[in-house]
Amino acid sequence: MSGIWINAVLDILISLSLLLGTFFIVSTALGVLRFPDVYTRLHAATKSSTLGITGILTGAFLFMYVEHGIVSGKLLLGILFILLSAPVTGHVLGRSAYYSRVPLSDKSVEDEYKAHVNKVKEH
Amino acid sequence: MPFQIVINLILAVMWMFLSETYNFKTFLVGYLLGIALLFLLQRFIPDAFYLRKVGKVFNLILLFIRELVLSNIDIVKHVYRPKLDIQPGIFALPTELKSNWEITLLANLITLTPGTLSLVISDDYSVIYVHAMDITDVEESITEIKETFEKAIMEVTR
Repeated sequence: MSGIWINAVLDILISLSLLLGTFFIVSTALGVLRFPDVYTRLHAATKSSTLGITGILTGAFLFMYVEHGIVSGKLLLGILFILLSAPVTGHVLGRSAYYSRVPLSDKSVEDEYKAHVNKVKEH
Repeated sequence: MPFQIVINLILAVMWMFLSETYNFKTFLVGYLLGIALLFLLQRFIPDAFYLRKVGKVFNLILLFIRELVLSNIDIVKHVYRPKLDIQPGIFALPTELKSNWEITLLANLITLTPGTLSLVISDDYSVIYVHAMDITDVEESITEIKETFEKAIMEVTR
């Protein structure tokens, strides 16, 4: 009797993590479309996609374990590497965008790095 | 710290030989016994007990995950707000951290905090230029980064 309950709870857990992951990825896509410039878009692309992918991979891991009894180490490693590489990607993309002079959006109010670069040039 | 880990591994292998069963379970039991021995004998072994540092690393990982979830929620809120009322901008964050390793960790943590993205690190490693989604509360985020992240990183690396 209790087995049915456990199965139901596990099913709900799996669907919940898959749904949450999908939700975050859809939000990422919307954010990339909506935000005004490269830098704010990078905010969306690097942040919410990590949690989205984590959610989907966790769901897949649970499913594999519950249905087939396989402990899939690859999925766990996938989560780890996504968590490690997403911030680095964001940093590198933002940096190269700045160096190739992609302008900030009109809404931007402050740019202390530009001030710093100008100061260095004057010397 | 590496010395203590090596001792611990040797103790675990010795335990496997003593109990003459060579599988992972015995290794684990041996490792736990080794930890207990190191804890009891920490007065005679150079450096502090290494599990204390492992605990701090664990703390840092928990901090990392918490910030990740918070920033995700923050971004999702921005995405679904009908009107974008944000004031993006770049601010300078002076940092006391020195080594490559520490700076990398800090930059990654900044990228995962709500509303900030580390953009450029100055050539002398003293300033990190951070792009913020909403620059109105810069002071607050600077103190938050300094208080929580720098402290947590320093506890691990020093």
